[in-house]
Parts: sequence; structure tokens; C-alpha cells
Amino acid sequence: MSPLAFLRNSWRWLTSMRTALILLFLLAVAAIPGSVLPQRSVKMEDVRGYFDANPKLAPVLDRLWAFDVFASPWFSAIYLLLFTSLIGCVVPRLRDQVRALRKPPPDAPMRMQRLPAYAKLDSHPEPQLKGWRVRRREHPDGTVTIAAERGYLKETGNLLFHTALLLVLVGVGIGTQWGWHANRLLVQGSDQAFCNTLQQYDDYGLGPRVSASDLPRFCLELNDFDVSYEDNGVPKFFDATVNGGLSFSVNRPLRLDGANVYLLGQGYALEIRYTDAQGRTQTTVSPFLPVDGMLTSEGVAAFPDANGSDKTKQIGFEGLYLPTASMGRSTHPAENDPQLILLAYSGDLGLDAGLAKSVYTLDKDRLKQMGEAKILRKGESWTLEDGSRVEFLGTRPWITISVRHDPGTPIVLAGAALLVIGLPLSLYGRRRRVWWRLHPDGSAEAGGLPKTDYPGFAEEFARLTRCPTTSS
Amino acid sequence: MSDNVLIITVLLYLAAMLTHAADYAFGRRGAVARAVAREPELVHAGGSQDGPITRQGGYTVAEPTTDPEPRPVQLGRYAVAFTVLAALAHLVTVVTRSMEAGRLPWGNMYEFVLTVTLVGTLVWLGVVVKWRETVHLGLFVTLVQVLLTGVAMVVLNTPVGPLVPALDSYWFVVHVGTAALSSALFLVGFAASVMYLIRSGYDEGKRGGLYPYGRFLANAETVERLSFRMHAFAFPVWTFAVAAGAIWAEAAWGRYWGWDPKETWAFISWIVYAAYLHARATPSVKRRVTAWIAVVGWLTMLMNLFGVNLFFDGLHSYGGV
Repeated sequence: MSPLAFLRNSWRWLTSMRTALILLFLLAVAAIPGSVLPQRSVKMEDVRGYFDANPKLAPVLDRLWAFDVFASPWFSAIYLLLFTSLIGCVVPRLRDQVRALRKPPPDAPMRMQRLPAYAKLDSHPEPQLKGWRVRRREHPDGTVTIAAERGYLKETGNLLFHTALLLVLVGVGIGTQWGWHANRLLVQGSDQAFCNTLQQYDDYGLGPRVSASDLPRFCLELNDFDVSYEDNGVPKFFDATVNGGLSFSVNRPLRLDGANVYLLGQGYALEIRYTDAQGRTQTTVSPFLPVDGMLTSEGVAAFPDANGSDKTKQIGFEGLYLPTASMGRSTHPAENDPQLILLAYSGDLGLDAGLAKSVYTLDKDRLKQMGEAKILRKGESWTLEDGSRVEFLGTRPWITISVRHDPGTPIVLAGAALLVIGLPLSLYGRRRRVWWRLHPDGSAEAGGLPKTDYPGFAEEFARLTRCPTTSS
Repeated sequence: MSDNVLIITVLLYLAAMLTHAADYAFGRRGAVARAVAREPELVHAGGSQDGPITRQGGYTVAEPTTDPEPRPVQLGRYAVAFTVLAALAHLVTVVTRSMEAGRLPWGNMYEFVLTVTLVGTLVWLGVVVKWRETVHLGLFVTLVQVLLTGVAMVVLNTPVGPLVPALDSYWFVVHVGTAALSSALFLVGFAASVMYLIRSGYDEGKRGGLYPYGRFLANAETVERLSFRMHAFAFPVWTFAVAAGAIWAEAAWGRYWGWDPKETWAFISWIVYAAYLHARATPSVKRRVTAWIAVVGWLTMLMNLFGVNLFFDGLHSYGGV
């Protein structure tokens, strides 16, 4: 076989409906592992958890892109082949449809009695053909034919639907290339404000064509966070106010120029003041992370500068915060009876080792516990054995936000809208043709051809030809 | 109140199902047999695999000249009456539930399943009024309803609670409402596909398993067409539901699509039903293959409805399960 013939055959195979069906099924099957196995793009922590639980299997799966299914070469290969097949199918049909729309309906076939619908008429009819594309032709032998066709919208809708799919793909591609997102935790107060630069985020992802300098410039300061709960602790309502009056919430993002800000989570940050034995005072605002729906929260307060420059005398506290305390845990997320349980440690906090450290846990390798755990209420203080003092000053709300920009969204939205418009046209439209042949002797015949599955065609044909019975 | 009426609803569905079953077993099957005998060419058309144009030629002849419709079997009539009563009780269940909660009854999976099944029954009753010859399909529809409402009653039941803030959006109505409608339509389409598979298998001479029941069923062509209509109606609604979900997800989670397990399975169902419609439009694909694709499609919908909420931890977990 010549290479050209091979290419032609491959193309024919690729654009055949059978191949398209197989590819559709492959795509559906290929998506299943993406829901069964944890995905990096969905929840990074779950992937780490899977690696811990299956240390042998996970690396093997990882080599098969099992944790990045939707970005994997095999998933991409399926949908790219499918879209190639789609283009190969749509382009010739688009050409045919443009041609059909510009051409009048074809002339009546010679033997009309072989059409699925046929009628003999006694007189020359004047059919009511509103909405039909009609062409009347006079032939040299004296007969006149009327050709009528309608239902072009079916094919137009079908092409619109498939083109819209391509548009969605383009939009998704643009979003991946030029989009970016970043997340961080933001505590209330002007001292906690941040500006939109990558260093200020806890984590971020930039599209391949975005650089750090492309990020729009803005700063955010959380002024107020409003939340109310049902009696059983289920949240009723959230509202965050930033930059002196801009408000946003769940389902109601803050739309800034070039980025949107989404509210993802909330919790309490604890204001703790520590006064060392020499009388030097330090205050921290430490966000505590919730461990349950009632906002039982854990966190740490670290004072590396306590007791001068001696690194072995640094002070850190481990804390458990209970907004509504009852038997060592919180029973409601609102601050009805707040308690802070603190454990004090002294020693080397290990903050200067240059390693990335979580700000939510203490590295206790070189720390020594001081005394027993102590319960504090707001405003209370605790004097430790070395004469230093710790005070629980109060709490501030914090929120986690996601800042995102996806320039592909409007294109995907337009594609989705066209999909939804094209589908019904394609599924419910009915292309059909009807012809009349008027003979010079005064008799006439009519024939009809539904080009697509159309159960009601017989009735329509009977109505058009004003003839109670039809035969074939 | 709502929970008690649900028990009555399930029992009425059960009664409807048993009456349908009794109709299969003891009904005057003469009526069905006569109806089938009257249209022998259609039975063959359903069994054999002609191209669509030929088949169109077939029914163009047959339809206008059909005799008055075959009278539904008496027991079948009672079964439909039970279904109507069940639908009324079902409606009362859903309405009282939403009155107790003070909102639309779509706040958790229990309520969603009850809504889907209610819409499914209403669609089915509409179908049976329009195409009486499909009355025998009721056995499958009521069987599915007994199972789904039963699962809702026993497994999914959650106390009345308010809507969590994440669901407090008008997209909630649009997204969940259209998802429920399309699920209900797919459900009826699935039941019709199963019936078609049994009937056409019987016509082809298969006698194992469920196939002997095929002889009591309405003709293959009719149910196959019904199945296609349901799917052709459901698919654009489903597409809209997914698109509306994506618009909502953009506002709620910051991205219109993120391969959350629910999203992934919605995508899988969409692909499978797209394959169904393509297969149905392709003359070379056998109608039985097409019907099997519809069955697979419904399994993916069930996986999305139950499996995803029970097995996976995703963003679509609200109100208990």
C-alpha cells in the first residue's frame, strides 16, 4: 500500500462513526480512575495520603499518571483523537450544509411512487408552503414540478453543537495556558493585610504562559467577617468585608479587575501576649486550624525572641481552642464559652534551621515541656514557673481565600451556551422534502421523503397534499 | 408527617408493581397478543436490522391505518391507578417535606432522590396517557421506583434541616431542578430500553433468563422509539444541568470544572449518552447495542447518584450524605 493510500485509509478510519463511538467509550472509561484515585489537581493531601498508605503501589500508579488522569498523555490522546475525528466529520458537513443552504431543493425524482409517501391527485393543488423552501420548475414537456424542503435547522444545530464543543476545548486550553490561582489565609486586621504577589500566598499555580509580574496589583485587608450558625452548629450565613466595604461570600465572589476572590473557609486566630522574665513583651496573632465542624482548633504560638538571643531558651505554646467548651471539645462553632488550653515549651524552636516549617505545629525535638496544661479564658493570664507570663488577649476571625483568574471562562461559557442551543435543534429538527408534479392533463401526483426519523411525516404529508388517504 | 406518607408511597408503588406483575402472569394476554398479531411487520422490523429509511417506509404505511388502539388489559388499568395514587402520596411526601424544611426539597440526597423519582413517575404517567400500548413498561418503572424510594426511606433518610450556605444560590434551583428532571427522563428511557431488550430478544428466539417475559410486552419498535424520545429529551436537559452546575461552581468554588468525583461521573454519563445518540443515528449499529448503551448510561447515573456520595469524598457532599 502506498503511504498516501495508508494515510487516506487511516483518516477514513479515524473519521468513521464507529471509531468515534469507540473513542467516546474509551474517554468515559479513562475518566473512571480519575474519580476512584485521588487526583493532584483536586486534593493534593489525598494523594500524599495514598502514597503513605500504599508505598509500593503508588509510585507505579504515579508513573502511569494515575494521580493526574486528566492531564495524562493517554487521556489527552483519546480526546485529541476524538476532536480530530470530530473536525474530520464536521468540516465536510459544514461545506455540504453551506452548499445546501444556497441551493434550491432538488427537482422531483422521476418515479415518485417509489417514495415513502405518495399520493395521486385529481387536480392541480396550490399547496400552502409557509416556512418551506420552494422551487417551481417548468419543464419542456409541459409538466410543472414543485420541490419543497424544510428542516435545515437540524443540520445547522448539529454543526453548531459540534463546533461549540471545539470552542469549549479552545476555552479550556486558554484557561490552562494563561490562567493562575493562589490561596492564602487572611486574618482580620490592618496589620494582617497582604498584596497580590506570589510571596504572599501559601500556595499557587501559574499557567505556563503567566509570569509572576503578570499578576494584577491589588491589596486586601479583612475588615470584618460576619457569620451566624443554627443551634446545631450548621452555618447559616457568611459574609466577609474587605478594603473598607467590599463584601463577598460563599457563592458570591469578589470580582476584581483581573482576578476573582473566593471565600473557602474560616476559623479563629488567637492573640497571645508573652512577657518573659526580663519583662520584654511580644504579641502574636496565630491562626488556629479547625479540626472539626464545631471549630475545635489547634495551633501554636511561637516566641523565638524571648529571653534574649539564647536560642535554647526560646518559648513556644501548643494550643487547643474551644469556642464553646464542653468536656475538652467544642460543641458549637460560635464563641459562646471560649476556652484556650495551652501547653508551654522552652528550648530551641528550630526556626532558623532553614527548613520549611509548618506554622501550625511545633517541632518538639529540642523543646522541653514547662508545667502542666493550663486552661485560659479571654483576658486571663498564666504565670509560668520561670516567672514569665502569657496572656490570652482575644481572638480574631480568619478566612481562607482563593484568588483566581481564568481568561478562558467566557469562551467556555459561550461554547456551553451554543451547545445547549444546538442540541435541541439537532435532536428535534426534521429534514424532509415534498414534491408535486402537475401534469398538463390536469392530474397531479405528490411524493414525500423524510430525510430523518420522523414518525409524524405521514400526517404532515396528508395535510400538505389535502388528501385523506395515502398509498405507496 | 412527610416520613409517614413516604411509607404509604412506597407501599403504593409496591402495589402498582405487584399488579403489573399479576397482569403479566394472569392478565388477559389475549389483548396484547392480538395487538402484536395485528402488526406483525413491525415486530419483524424491530427484530431485523433495516436501515432507518426502510423502517420509515414501514410505519408510514402502518400508522395511519392502525385499528383503534388495543384496549389496555384490565389489571394494567388497576396498576396505573395504583401508580397515580402512589404519585399523589409521593407528591404529598415531597410537599410536606419542603414545608417542614421551609425551602425547596433538594437539600440532601434523600430529598433529591425523592424528587427525581416523583418527576420520573409523573413523566411515566404522561407517557402512558399518550402511548397507551406502553402500559406494560409500568412493571419496570414501578420496580425502579420501589427500589429507589425504598433506599431513600431506609438508607438515606436524614432529619429536616436548613440549607447550608453553600447551597444558598438561585443556581441551586436551576442546577438541581434540571438534574432531577433529566435523571427522571433517563430513568423512564432506561426502563423502556430494558423492555426493548427483553422483547426483541424474545422476538429473536431467546428463551433464557428474563426473555420469556418478552411475549407479554408491547412491541419492540414502540418501546425502542419511546426510549429514544426519552433520551433525546433528557440529553439536552442534562447538558443544561451540567452547564448550569459549571456556572454555579465558578461562583462557589472559583472554577467552572475541577474533576470533583460528581463532575467526573456527570462527564462520564454525558459521554455515554452522547454515544447512545450517535449509535442510534447510525444505521449500521444494531438497535440492541444502542439499548445496551442506554442501560450502561443509567448505571453511570446511578453511580453518580449513590456511589459518588457514598464512596468518595467530594465537594458535592451536603447534609449528611
